[in-house]
Amino acid sequence: MSDAVAVHGAVEPAETPLTPESWGKLGMWLFLAGDAMSFGGLIVAYGALRYHAAKWPVPAEVLGINLTALMTFLLIVSSVTMVLGLAALQDGDKPRFNKFMGLTILGGAIFLGLQAYEWTHLIGHTLPHYNLAFSKDLFATTFFVLTGFHGMHVTGGVIYNACVLAAVNRGRYQAKHVEIAGLYWHFVDLVWILIFTFVYLL
Amino acid sequence: MSSNAHSHPNYIKIFIILSVLTAIEIGVTFLGLPRKVLVTLLVGLAVWKAALVALHFMHLKLEKTTLTLIAIVPFVLCVFLSLMLLPDVYPR
Repeated sequence: MSDAVAVHGAVEPAETPLTPESWGKLGMWLFLAGDAMSFGGLIVAYGALRYHAAKWPVPAEVLGINLTALMTFLLIVSSVTMVLGLAALQDGDKPRFNKFMGLTILGGAIFLGLQAYEWTHLIGHTLPHYNLAFSKDLFATTFFVLTGFHGMHVTGGVIYNACVLAAVNRGRYQAKHVEIAGLYWHFVDLVWILIFTFVYLL
Repeated sequence: MSSNAHSHPNYIKIFIILSVLTAIEIGVTFLGLPRKVLVTLLVGLAVWKAALVALHFMHLKLEKTTLTLIAIVPFVLCVFLSLMLLPDVYPR
Protein backbone atom coordinates (compact mmCIF):
# COMPACT_ATOMS: atom_id res chain seq x y z
CA MET A 1 0.00 0.00 0.00
CA SER A 2 2.79 2.42 0.84
CA ASP A 3 4.17 1.45 -2.56
CA ALA A 4 0.98 2.59 -4.21
CA VAL A 5 1.09 5.86 -2.32
CA ALA A 6 4.68 6.44 -3.44
CA VAL A 7 3.74 5.75 -7.07
CA HIS A 8 0.75 8.03 -6.69
CA GLY A 9 2.99 10.78 -5.39
CA ALA A 10 5.29 10.35 -8.37
CA VAL A 11 2.41 10.60 -10.83
CA GLU A 12 1.10 13.77 -9.23
CA PRO A 13 4.21 15.82 -8.50
CA ALA A 14 2.80 19.33 -8.84
CA GLU A 15 -0.44 20.89 -7.79
CA THR A 16 -2.97 22.12 -10.27
CA PRO A 17 -3.78 25.73 -9.51
CA LEU A 18 -7.49 25.10 -10.16
CA THR A 19 -8.02 22.07 -7.92
CA PRO A 20 -5.07 21.88 -5.52
CA GLU A 21 -6.37 18.60 -4.03
CA SER A 22 -5.86 16.54 -7.17
CA TRP A 23 -5.47 16.58 -10.93
CA GLY A 24 -8.18 13.95 -11.11
CA LYS A 25 -10.77 16.43 -9.97
CA LEU A 26 -9.84 18.87 -12.72
CA GLY A 27 -9.92 15.99 -15.20
CA MET A 28 -13.40 14.99 -14.10
CA TRP A 29 -14.64 18.56 -14.39
CA LEU A 30 -13.26 18.84 -17.93
CA PHE A 31 -14.84 15.50 -18.86
CA LEU A 32 -18.18 16.63 -17.40
CA ALA A 33 -18.01 19.91 -19.33
CA GLY A 34 -17.66 17.85 -22.52
CA ASP A 35 -20.35 15.42 -21.47
CA ALA A 36 -22.67 18.34 -20.70
CA MET A 37 -22.28 19.43 -24.32
CA SER A 38 -23.37 15.96 -25.50
CA PHE A 39 -26.49 16.20 -23.38
CA GLY A 40 -26.90 19.87 -24.30
CA GLY A 41 -26.76 19.05 -28.01
CA LEU A 42 -29.39 16.33 -27.60
CA ILE A 43 -31.69 18.53 -25.50
CA VAL A 44 -31.41 21.50 -27.88
CA ALA A 45 -32.06 19.19 -30.85
CA TYR A 46 -35.08 17.82 -28.99
CA GLY A 47 -36.36 21.35 -28.44
CA ALA A 48 -35.88 22.36 -32.08
CA LEU A 49 -37.55 19.18 -33.41
CA ARG A 50 -40.44 19.51 -30.99
CA TYR A 51 -41.00 23.19 -31.75
CA HIS A 52 -40.95 22.43 -35.46
CA ALA A 53 -43.31 19.47 -35.25
CA ALA A 54 -46.85 19.90 -36.52
CA LYS A 55 -48.24 17.63 -33.81
CA TRP A 56 -46.70 16.62 -30.50
CA PRO A 57 -48.43 14.41 -27.92
CA VAL A 58 -48.85 15.76 -24.38
CA PRO A 59 -45.91 14.05 -22.62
CA ALA A 60 -47.60 13.82 -19.22
CA GLU A 61 -50.53 12.02 -20.87
CA VAL A 62 -48.47 9.45 -22.79
CA LEU A 63 -45.57 8.97 -20.37
CA GLY A 64 -47.24 9.61 -17.03
CA ILE A 65 -45.28 11.44 -14.37
CA ASN A 66 -46.02 9.53 -11.16
CA LEU A 67 -43.32 6.90 -11.67
CA THR A 68 -40.90 9.45 -13.09
CA ALA A 69 -41.44 11.78 -10.14
CA LEU A 70 -40.47 8.85 -7.90
CA MET A 71 -37.38 8.21 -10.05
CA THR A 72 -36.43 11.91 -9.80
CA PHE A 73 -36.77 11.80 -6.04
CA LEU A 74 -34.73 8.59 -5.91
CA LEU A 75 -31.82 10.17 -7.81
CA ILE A 76 -31.88 13.22 -5.52
CA VAL A 77 -31.80 10.91 -2.48
CA SER A 78 -28.88 8.95 -3.93
CA SER A 79 -27.03 12.23 -4.50
CA VAL A 80 -27.57 13.10 -0.84
CA THR A 81 -26.36 9.69 0.37
CA MET A 82 -23.28 10.16 -1.85
CA VAL A 83 -22.30 13.47 -0.21
CA LEU A 84 -23.09 12.06 3.24
CA GLY A 85 -20.84 9.09 2.45
CA LEU A 86 -18.07 11.43 1.32
CA ALA A 87 -18.49 13.52 4.48
CA ALA A 88 -18.25 10.34 6.58
CA LEU A 89 -15.04 9.25 4.86
CA GLN A 90 -13.54 12.75 5.25
CA ASP A 91 -14.24 12.35 8.98
CA GLY A 92 -12.57 8.93 8.89
CA ASP A 93 -15.78 7.00 9.62
CA LYS A 94 -15.48 4.05 7.22
CA PRO A 95 -18.52 2.01 8.37
CA ARG A 96 -20.75 5.06 7.88
CA PHE A 97 -19.17 5.65 4.46
CA ASN A 98 -19.83 2.01 3.49
CA LYS A 99 -23.47 2.34 4.53
CA PHE A 100 -24.11 5.53 2.56
CA MET A 101 -22.10 4.44 -0.49
CA GLY A 102 -24.06 1.17 -0.49
CA LEU A 103 -27.32 3.14 -0.37
CA THR A 104 -26.10 5.34 -3.26
CA ILE A 105 -25.39 2.28 -5.41
CA LEU A 106 -28.73 0.73 -4.41
CA GLY A 107 -30.54 3.96 -5.35
CA GLY A 108 -28.93 3.97 -8.79
CA ALA A 109 -29.77 0.29 -9.32
CA ILE A 110 -33.42 0.81 -8.33
CA PHE A 111 -33.57 3.80 -10.70
CA LEU A 112 -32.38 1.56 -13.54
CA GLY A 113 -34.91 -1.12 -12.59
CA LEU A 114 -37.74 1.44 -12.67
CA GLN A 115 -36.53 2.78 -16.01
CA ALA A 116 -36.46 -0.74 -17.45
CA TYR A 117 -40.02 -1.25 -16.16
CA GLU A 118 -41.08 2.10 -17.65
CA TRP A 119 -39.57 1.34 -21.05
CA THR A 120 -41.10 -2.15 -21.13
CA HIS A 121 -44.51 -0.74 -20.31
CA LEU A 122 -44.18 2.06 -22.89
CA ILE A 123 -42.97 -0.22 -25.68
CA GLY A 124 -45.44 -2.99 -24.93
CA HIS A 125 -48.60 -1.03 -24.11
CA THR A 126 -48.69 2.75 -24.11
CA LEU A 127 -46.84 3.74 -27.28
CA PRO A 128 -48.66 1.27 -29.59
CA HIS A 129 -51.93 2.59 -28.14
CA TYR A 130 -51.00 6.11 -29.33
CA ASN A 131 -49.56 4.67 -32.56
CA LEU A 132 -46.07 5.84 -31.62
CA ALA A 133 -42.79 3.91 -31.89
CA PHE A 134 -39.02 4.37 -31.81
CA SER A 135 -37.68 5.54 -35.21
CA LYS A 136 -41.27 5.95 -36.45
CA ASP A 137 -42.00 9.36 -34.96
CA LEU A 138 -39.98 12.09 -33.33
CA PHE A 139 -41.74 11.97 -29.97
CA ALA A 140 -40.78 8.36 -29.22
CA THR A 141 -37.36 8.63 -30.89
CA THR A 142 -36.22 11.71 -28.98
CA PHE A 143 -37.63 10.20 -25.78
CA PHE A 144 -35.67 6.96 -26.09
CA VAL A 145 -32.47 8.68 -27.25
CA LEU A 146 -32.49 11.17 -24.35
CA THR A 147 -33.55 8.82 -21.55
CA GLY A 148 -31.42 6.01 -23.00
CA PHE A 149 -28.29 8.17 -23.14
CA HIS A 150 -28.95 9.22 -19.55
CA GLY A 151 -29.71 5.63 -18.46
CA MET A 152 -26.35 4.52 -19.83
CA HIS A 153 -24.72 7.23 -17.74
CA VAL A 154 -26.53 5.92 -14.65
CA THR A 155 -25.37 2.37 -15.49
CA GLY A 156 -21.80 3.62 -15.77
CA GLY A 157 -22.20 5.54 -12.51
CA VAL A 158 -23.46 2.49 -10.59
CA ILE A 159 -20.48 0.43 -11.81
CA TYR A 160 -18.06 3.32 -11.10
CA ASN A 161 -19.44 3.78 -7.58
CA ALA A 162 -19.22 0.05 -6.87
CA CYS A 163 -15.57 0.05 -7.98
CA VAL A 164 -14.84 3.08 -5.78
CA LEU A 165 -16.51 1.40 -2.78
CA ALA A 166 -14.35 -1.70 -3.30
CA ALA A 167 -11.17 0.34 -3.80
CA VAL A 168 -11.74 2.35 -0.61
CA ASN A 169 -12.20 -0.84 1.38
CA ARG A 170 -8.99 -2.29 -0.06
CA GLY A 171 -7.20 0.89 1.02
CA ARG A 172 -6.38 2.04 -2.51
CA TYR A 173 -8.76 5.02 -2.64
CA GLN A 174 -9.20 7.91 -0.24
CA ALA A 175 -11.80 10.62 0.21
CA LYS A 176 -10.48 12.66 -2.74
CA HIS A 177 -11.21 9.77 -5.12
CA VAL A 178 -14.70 9.43 -3.71
CA GLU A 179 -15.24 13.15 -4.29
CA ILE A 180 -14.35 12.72 -7.97
CA ALA A 181 -16.79 9.83 -8.34
CA GLY A 182 -19.34 12.01 -6.56
CA LEU A 183 -18.90 14.77 -9.16
CA TYR A 184 -19.90 12.31 -11.89
CA TRP A 185 -22.85 10.99 -9.90
CA HIS A 186 -24.23 14.46 -9.09
CA PHE A 187 -23.83 15.44 -12.73
CA VAL A 188 -26.00 12.47 -13.73
CA ASP A 189 -28.58 13.65 -11.17
CA LEU A 190 -28.35 17.22 -12.50
CA VAL A 191 -28.98 16.07 -16.08
CA TRP A 192 -31.99 14.03 -14.97
CA ILE A 193 -33.47 17.15 -13.35
CA LEU A 194 -33.33 18.83 -16.78
CA ILE A 195 -34.62 15.76 -18.67
CA PHE A 196 -37.49 15.39 -16.20
CA THR A 197 -38.51 18.98 -16.92
CA PHE A 198 -38.03 19.07 -20.69
CA VAL A 199 -39.20 15.57 -21.61
CA TYR A 200 -41.86 14.78 -19.01
CA LEU A 201 -43.27 17.97 -17.52
CA LEU A 202 -43.27 20.46 -20.41
CA MET B 1 -6.31 11.67 4.89
CA SER B 2 -4.64 14.96 5.70
CA SER B 3 -7.85 16.95 5.61
CA ASN B 4 -9.64 15.54 8.62
CA ALA B 5 -11.98 17.56 10.84
CA HIS B 6 -13.83 18.98 7.82
CA SER B 7 -16.80 21.18 8.39
CA HIS B 8 -19.47 19.91 6.01
CA PRO B 9 -22.13 21.94 4.21
CA ASN B 10 -25.70 21.36 5.41
CA TYR B 11 -26.59 18.67 2.86
CA ILE B 12 -29.93 17.81 4.46
CA LYS B 13 -31.11 21.40 4.03
CA ILE B 14 -30.26 21.25 0.29
CA PHE B 15 -32.06 17.90 0.06
CA ILE B 16 -35.22 19.39 1.58
CA ILE B 17 -35.11 22.41 -0.77
CA LEU B 18 -34.65 20.10 -3.79
CA SER B 19 -37.58 17.92 -2.71
CA VAL B 20 -39.85 20.93 -2.17
CA LEU B 21 -38.88 22.39 -5.57
CA THR B 22 -39.65 19.03 -7.22
CA ALA B 23 -43.08 18.97 -5.55
CA ILE B 24 -43.71 22.55 -6.75
CA GLU B 25 -42.69 21.56 -10.30
CA ILE B 26 -45.22 18.75 -10.36
CA GLY B 27 -47.84 20.94 -8.66
CA VAL B 28 -47.68 23.78 -11.20
CA THR B 29 -48.36 21.39 -14.10
CA PHE B 30 -51.86 20.85 -12.66
CA LEU B 31 -52.70 24.57 -12.35
CA GLY B 32 -53.72 25.00 -16.00
CA LEU B 33 -51.43 28.01 -16.44
CA PRO B 34 -50.92 29.61 -19.87
CA ARG B 35 -48.26 27.68 -21.81
CA LYS B 36 -45.69 30.50 -21.81
CA VAL B 37 -45.99 31.06 -18.05
CA LEU B 38 -45.72 27.32 -17.39
CA VAL B 39 -42.63 26.92 -19.59
CA THR B 40 -40.91 29.90 -17.94
CA LEU B 41 -41.75 28.62 -14.45
CA LEU B 42 -40.64 25.03 -15.09
CA VAL B 43 -37.39 25.99 -16.83
CA GLY B 44 -36.64 28.44 -14.03
CA LEU B 45 -37.26 25.80 -11.36
CA ALA B 46 -35.13 23.23 -13.22
CA VAL B 47 -32.22 25.66 -13.56
CA TRP B 48 -32.57 26.55 -9.88
CA LYS B 49 -32.42 22.85 -8.89
CA ALA B 50 -29.48 22.17 -11.22
CA ALA B 51 -27.62 25.14 -9.74
CA LEU B 52 -28.25 23.87 -6.20
CA VAL B 53 -26.80 20.45 -7.11
CA ALA B 54 -23.74 22.00 -8.79
CA LEU B 55 -23.07 24.57 -6.07
CA HIS B 56 -23.57 22.41 -2.99
CA PHE B 57 -23.28 18.71 -3.90
CA MET B 58 -20.52 19.27 -6.48
CA HIS B 59 -18.97 21.87 -4.15
CA LEU B 60 -18.66 24.53 -6.86
CA LYS B 61 -19.39 27.09 -4.18
CA LEU B 62 -16.16 26.10 -2.41
CA GLU B 63 -14.02 25.90 -5.56
CA LYS B 64 -11.98 28.53 -7.38
CA THR B 65 -13.95 30.86 -9.65
CA THR B 66 -12.09 29.64 -12.75
CA LEU B 67 -13.43 26.13 -12.22
CA THR B 68 -16.96 27.55 -12.10
CA LEU B 69 -16.25 29.30 -15.42
CA ILE B 70 -15.24 25.95 -16.95
CA ALA B 71 -18.46 24.44 -15.66
CA ILE B 72 -20.57 27.25 -17.13
CA VAL B 73 -19.03 27.09 -20.64
CA PRO B 74 -21.19 24.19 -21.92
CA PHE B 75 -24.37 25.96 -20.80
CA VAL B 76 -23.34 29.16 -22.60
CA LEU B 77 -22.55 27.14 -25.73
CA CYS B 78 -25.96 25.43 -25.54
CA VAL B 79 -27.63 28.84 -25.43
CA PHE B 80 -25.62 29.80 -28.55
CA LEU B 81 -26.66 26.54 -30.20
CA SER B 82 -30.32 27.31 -29.46
CA LEU B 83 -29.95 30.81 -30.91
CA MET B 84 -28.25 29.44 -34.03
CA LEU B 85 -31.19 27.07 -34.57
CA LEU B 86 -33.78 29.84 -34.21
CA PRO B 87 -33.75 30.88 -37.90
CA ASP B 88 -34.44 27.24 -38.83
CA VAL B 89 -37.23 26.88 -36.32
CA TYR B 90 -39.06 30.18 -36.54
CA PRO B 91 -40.38 30.47 -40.12
CA ARG B 92 -41.96 27.00 -39.68
